[in-house]
Amino acid sequence: MSILVDETTTFIVQGITGREAVNLTRECLDYGKGAKIVGGVTPGRLGRDVHGVPVFDTVAQAVEHHGGPIVGSVVTVPPAFTKDAVFEALENGIKLVVIVTERIPRGDVAQMVELAGEREARIIGPNCLGIIVPDVIKMGGIGGPARDAAKSYTPGPVGVISRSGGMTTEMSSTLSAAGLGQSTAVSIGGDAIIGTSYAELMPLFEADPETEAIVIYTEPGGRMEAELARWVTENDSRLPIVAFMAGRFMDEMPGMSFGHAGTIVEGKEDTASEKIARLAEAGIVVADEISEIPGIVSDKIATRAARTARTARTARTSSSLASSPGGELGGMSS
Amino acid sequence: MRLFEYESRAIVAKAGIPVTKHGFAKTAIEAREIAEEIAGPVVIKSQVLTGGRMKAGGVQFADTPEEAAKHAEHILELEIGGHMPRGVLVDSRAEVKHEYYAGVVWDGIRKRPVMLFSDMGGIDIEEVAEEHPDHVARGHFSTIRPFSDWQAKQVIASLGITGTSLNRLTPILAKLARLFLDYDMTLAEINPLGELEGGAFVALDAHMDMENEARPRQHAILRELGVGDEETRQAREATPFELAGEAVDAQDHRGVAGNVTEFDGNLGLVIGAGGGSLTLFDAVRAHGGRPANYCEIGGNPSVRKACGLAKLVLQKPGVDRIAVMMSIVSNTRVDIVARGVIKACIELGYDPAEKIAIFRIPGAWEEEGFKILEKYGVDYADRSVSLSGAAKRAVEKIGE
Repeated sequence: MSILVDETTTFIVQGITGREAVNLTRECLDYGKGAKIVGGVTPGRLGRDVHGVPVFDTVAQAVEHHGGPIVGSVVTVPPAFTKDAVFEALENGIKLVVIVTERIPRGDVAQMVELAGEREARIIGPNCLGIIVPDVIKMGGIGGPARDAAKSYTPGPVGVISRSGGMTTEMSSTLSAAGLGQSTAVSIGGDAIIGTSYAELMPLFEADPETEAIVIYTEPGGRMEAELARWVTENDSRLPIVAFMAGRFMDEMPGMSFGHAGTIVEGKEDTASEKIARLAEAGIVVADEISEIPGIVSDKIATRAARTARTARTARTSSSLASSPGGELGGMSS
Repeated sequence: MRLFEYESRAIVAKAGIPVTKHGFAKTAIEAREIAEEIAGPVVIKSQVLTGGRMKAGGVQFADTPEEAAKHAEHILELEIGGHMPRGVLVDSRAEVKHEYYAGVVWDGIRKRPVMLFSDMGGIDIEEVAEEHPDHVARGHFSTIRPFSDWQAKQVIASLGITGTSLNRLTPILAKLARLFLDYDMTLAEINPLGELEGGAFVALDAHMDMENEARPRQHAILRELGVGDEETRQAREATPFELAGEAVDAQDHRGVAGNVTEFDGNLGLVIGAGGGSLTLFDAVRAHGGRPANYCEIGGNPSVRKACGLAKLVLQKPGVDRIAVMMSIVSNTRVDIVARGVIKACIELGYDPAEKIAIFRIPGAWEEEGFKILEKYGVDYADRSVSLSGAAKRAVEKIGE
């Protein structure tokens, strides 16, 4: 199992004739079981094809050609045209939009997210590399060419969520090298406003039986980590979370922007140290180094399994204990 | 991008929000002329992109044009928090009965803009929110439906404000909400928003931040304000080294090799991408290294650009060696970066094996890249060496 996408997921690529989009299309077609890219859209290029994928002028034409609803779209058009492209996708019934484009003003992102909400659709990104289910499908440039993606991503029990596209691969590769594969890895984007945050992906991973732990990559700026900490505190999640925080040096340089558009320390609550404290309070382990993550994750999964087994045994022998599932065992030591 | 107070006021006034009579002066003579025109008591305010003006003596009161000129002369020479002022704002001193706060910011969690309004103006809104939460009203609003005045009215009325005050404040907050979206602001605040003796409301100070990503489409207003494309308006002005980094990146449109920030260490960094750079910069410092710079490579830059960036860093005074490191690349090609940095060393007359402390970029085209590095005897690492491990190796070599 996986979240967001699986081998049946159909999608289009908007801006498919651009240089990077042509590569991305090849990569997705080649990876895993082969992505079902049912069309591409570039205005004025109707009738062409990109690696065998038919190109249309409009999303409506792509949907008509496909003969039924299309699930997703990867949007790779320039920033000034992204909002229009995403609106077009949403108004033509697309439910999952991965926005690769960077440098989109927040006002546009907010509009896209708001419309997506009204259309019961989901946006991943902007400024992201997309979604990958190891050995099954990738939607977006994540992991690069199929051959390279296969070196970093392997199937397994860890859900990966990252504000940095490159670090999604770096962290997954480290997990894979230690024998810990990924259920789904999602590059959520590094901007100040993004379509889907850590906390918004958690219920999806929670519902995925294959996922046993979550690893997140995080940065200073914004309040998304506080939102995740709150989610963890308020929901009795079965999933241990291990985080890595980059950009600790930025605490000394308020008002300066490094890395992604969203990484700028604006207040006292969005510094690296403040976020680390907040995550730790919620029982989320913050690793000092990426190389420590696989060990921590393995321990957490093992502890969780032992607890589950113990809880199950107790439940069989004592009905009074079974009536309060989790109970004192629910708290996570870290 | 932060705007100066005089620019923020111009935007507020353009939106139809009343402001006190004021002018922007770059010299003491200009300040005197504005004070003469105002013909009454004035306040002289330093125009710097930093807080703490009042404490630093950057805000002075004057009763006569002569006094205004004297204060302006002093303030124009006064450095505040490392910034020299752009000029001074000469503002008429209003008889204020009560101070309010009106602001609009983004809420990254709700993903919508939010209006903030308080009847306790003149002080930091975060402070008010913490100590007097019942004096701060909030209201999120849509970005796809046109803004309607009742939304502003509802926020203000929730503080118990009624009568003429409510009816006069409503259009001010509504205009602020509209200009926030129209001009792609990330912050738009009027603080204090003064209620005058006669019951009229005026903006006594304004603070605006415009989103950098939106600058291309906000050209018209920026031109009107006289803001040039070259003004970065970061927390500190760009150094010549940083400007040279921008020039490298602007050579062509293929990928990124720039975003340079200067530090005063001895280990030059040629690192990427966004998250990788943050991770690597932390790692170098964690192992006791002193980075000479921060930078970013990504999006598959040309050999020329990678070479230009490496040359820039290598030539920085005090740089002993460079470390070329990235998180696993899938788009940027390892061999292209390898060729770029080796070329930089050779063209500057250095031995790449000596000058490149470590090359750790695994990923696309790594076999080709590693072959080139081997040929020149450069110490390199593949993905089996962590980012932190690579940083450690580089720091150790600097210590040798």
